[in-house]
Amino acid sequence: MSHTLLHNVLIPFLKGAITVVALGLAAGILTWIERRLLGRLQIRKGPNRVGPQGFFQWIADTVKLVFKEDIVPSRAEKALHLLGPLLLFVPAVVVLGLVPWGPEFTLFGVTTPLHAAADLNVGLLLILAVSTIGVYGIILSGWASNSKYPLLGGLRSAAQLISYEVPMGLAVVSAILMSGSLSMVEIIEAQRKAGVWFVFPGLIAFFLYFVSGVAETNRTPFDLPEAESELVGGFHTEYSGFRWAVFFMSEYGNMISVSAVATTLFFGGWLRPFPNVAWLSFLDVIPAFFWFAGKVFLFLMVYIWFRATFPRYRFDQLMALGWKTLIPISLGNLALVAIAALWGAAGLKVLGAVLVLLVAAGFIAVWMRPARPRSSTTMASPNVEVRA
Amino acid sequence: MSEPTPGTVAQFPPLAGPPLLGLHEMELNFGPQHPSTHGVLRLVLKVDGERIVSARPDVGYLHRGTEKLFETETFPMVIPHTDRMDYVAASTNNHAYCLVVEKLLGVEVPKRAQYIRVLLDEMQRISSHVLWLATAAIDLGAITPFFYTFRDREVILDLFEEYCGARLTLNCMRIGGLPVDLTPGWLEKVRAFTEPFEKCIDEYEDLLTENRIWKERTVGIAVLDEKRCIEWGVTGPVLRAAGKAWDIRRALPYEVYPELQFDIPVGKNADTYDRYLVRVAEIRQSRRIVLQCLDWLEKNPGTEIRGKVPRVIKPPAGEAYACVEAPKGELGFHLVASGGNKPYRLHVRPPSFINLQALPEMAQGHLVGDLVAVIGTIDIVLGEVDR
Repeated sequence: MSHTLLHNVLIPFLKGAITVVALGLAAGILTWIERRLLGRLQIRKGPNRVGPQGFFQWIADTVKLVFKEDIVPSRAEKALHLLGPLLLFVPAVVVLGLVPWGPEFTLFGVTTPLHAAADLNVGLLLILAVSTIGVYGIILSGWASNSKYPLLGGLRSAAQLISYEVPMGLAVVSAILMSGSLSMVEIIEAQRKAGVWFVFPGLIAFFLYFVSGVAETNRTPFDLPEAESELVGGFHTEYSGFRWAVFFMSEYGNMISVSAVATTLFFGGWLRPFPNVAWLSFLDVIPAFFWFAGKVFLFLMVYIWFRATFPRYRFDQLMALGWKTLIPISLGNLALVAIAALWGAAGLKVLGAVLVLLVAAGFIAVWMRPARPRSSTTMASPNVEVRA
Repeated sequence: MSEPTPGTVAQFPPLAGPPLLGLHEMELNFGPQHPSTHGVLRLVLKVDGERIVSARPDVGYLHRGTEKLFETETFPMVIPHTDRMDYVAASTNNHAYCLVVEKLLGVEVPKRAQYIRVLLDEMQRISSHVLWLATAAIDLGAITPFFYTFRDREVILDLFEEYCGARLTLNCMRIGGLPVDLTPGWLEKVRAFTEPFEKCIDEYEDLLTENRIWKERTVGIAVLDEKRCIEWGVTGPVLRAAGKAWDIRRALPYEVYPELQFDIPVGKNADTYDRYLVRVAEIRQSRRIVLQCLDWLEKNPGTEIRGKVPRVIKPPAGEAYACVEAPKGELGFHLVASGGNKPYRLHVRPPSFINLQALPEMAQGHLVGDLVAVIGTIDIVLGEVDR
C-alpha cells in the first residue's frame, strides 16, 4: 500500500468513522449517565432494570425509537422536515472531529495524530463556522413541521443561538489572544509552553464560553427552544421515531462537542495538570487521551448538575442576559486579556493569580454570609393574627 | 398557522404600545392535552409573537354532572362524590359537605372527632400545597423540587391510607363525625413525620426562595391586587398574597379552629412569588396546627367519633350554606333540602373555578413562557373546576 493512500485516504476515513461511532456511543451512554446522576440528585434511583445498574437502558431506548413509527405531518415540508435533524447532528460530529483527542501515537507501525481531521491552521474558525450551522437545523425543523408550537420553538432558538454566538465568539478570541494561534494543537502546545492552563488567565472567558455553550446546546436553564412545560416539545414536537432520536443524539453530541472545545481552549486538552512541573510527571501514567476524556466528562457532569438545579429562563430574560450582561463582560474581558497577553507568559500568570484569588474571596464571602431567609421572615407582614 | 387574510387585523383590539410592523396575532390552542395545564384545561390564546393578547379559558372537559348526581344519592352516599371534585384535597371536600348537612340536621360533633377532622384537613393542606409547589416548579423548569416534595407527600398519603384505606379519594368523614376511630399507634406515626418536617420545608426553600432564576420568573408575574381579587371572588392563597388576611378558619370559624394557635401569612405584592411564599408559610402553619391536634388527642384519649345521628338521615326542609378553608380557597356547599333523604339541590362553590376566572386578566400582556406560571399560581384542579 502506498504511503499516500494510507495517509490520505484510509486513515482519515477510519478516523472519521470512529468519530461518528464514538459520538453516537458516547451520546447514548451519556443519556444513561444523566438519568442515573439525576436520580441521585433527586433522591430516586433512575433506570436500574436493564442490565447491570440499568446500563443497557440506552440501548433499549434506541431500539425502541428506531422501531417506532416515523410520523411526518401531512402538511409538513417533507424535505426540510427530514433535513432538520441531520443539520443538527452533523455539526456536532464535525466539531468533535476538529478537536484533537491526544498527541501523536503509533499503532501497527503507523504514526498519526489522535485527531480525526487534520490540524488545520484555521481550526478554531472552522469550529465556530460549523457549529453555527446547527441553528438552521432547529429553525428549519420548527418551520417545516407546519405547526404552531414548533414554530415558536424554532423562532426562539433562532434568536437565542444567534445571540449567544457573540459572547461565545468573544470568549474564544481571548484563547486565541493567549495562544497566538487558531490551530487547536498549537493552542494546547501554547498552554504547555506557558506552563499554565488558559482557564486561569481566561477564567472569565471560560465562564462566558461555558454559559454560552449551555445556551447553544439548549440545556437547562436555557432550554427554551424545547421548553417542555411551555411549548410541549418545542421544535421537535412533530418528530417521532428515528428522526426524534437523531435530535436527542445531537443534543448530547453537541454537549460533548462544546465540552471538548472548552477542554481544548481552556483546560489544556490532553495535557495533565501543570504540564511543566517535573515532579508531577507521575501523572503521565494516565494516557493523554484519558486526560482529555476525563475533562470532557467533568464538564458533562456540570451540565447535568445544572439541569437538576435551575428553573428555566424566560425568553426576554434570556436575551437580556446575553446582550446586556454577557456581551459587555466579554468585551471587557477581551481588553483585560489583551493587556496581559502583551506581557507574555508572565502577564498571563499574574492575571490568572489575581482572578483565582478574587474567585476564592468570592467563595469565602458566600460561605460566610448569614443563613438564607425563610418564608416566614421574608413575608411582607408575617404573623397577622385575625381572631374572630 | 392560518393564512393571513386581509381584514383579520382589525378584528382584535390593538396592543398597548407601538405597533409591531404589521404583524398580527396568531391563535394558539393551549391544551387540553398540553403538559402544563394541570389536567384538561384548554386556553385559546391570541399571541403576538410570544406576547399574550388575550387568553380565554375553555373548561368542561372533565364535567361529570356531579351536582345533578348529588340529587340522586342519599345524604351519606354523596360523600364519595365530593372526593372526586378537588381530588388532591379530598378531606376538605368531605368536611365542607358534612358541615352543611350537620348544620341543617343540628347535630353536635364530638370534640375528639372535631380534632381528628382538623388534623386530617391540615395534613391534606400540607399535601395539597406540596403538590402545588412540585407542579409549579416543574412548570418553570425546576425539576428537582418535584421529587423532594413527593417524598414527603408520599408519607402523608401512607398515613391517610392507614387511617381510612384510601390515599386520594379519602371518603374519611361522615355526617356527624368520622367513619372509624384512629388506628393504634397512628398518632405517633403522624408525629414522627410532622416534627422533622420543618427541615423538609427548609429544603424546598433552599432550592427556590433565593434562587435567582426562580425570582426572575415569579416576581411581578400575574399580579392581581386585593381589589380585583375581591371583585372576582378570588379566595385562598391568591387573595392572601394580595395582602388581605381572609381565612375562613379565622373569619367564619368552624370546628375547633378558635382553640388553635396559628397565623395567617399574607403577602404584599400580589404576584406569583408572594403566592409561593404564602403557600410555603401556610405549610409551616399547618404543621403547627397538626402538632397542636396531636397534643390534644394524646392528652384526651377516647373513643367518641360520632355524634347522635339518626339511622336514616333526613334533614328538615330548608337551606343552609357552610364553607371551609380548602387549600385552594373558600370551598362552600349550599344545600336545599325538601325533607327527603336526598338533597333537593346541592350547589358547590368551588375555589378553583372561581379563581380561574381571573386567569385572562392575569395572563394578559405576559409572554407564553409566563402563562404556565400563571396557571400554576392559581392552583387549579380541573376535577373541581368542571365537577
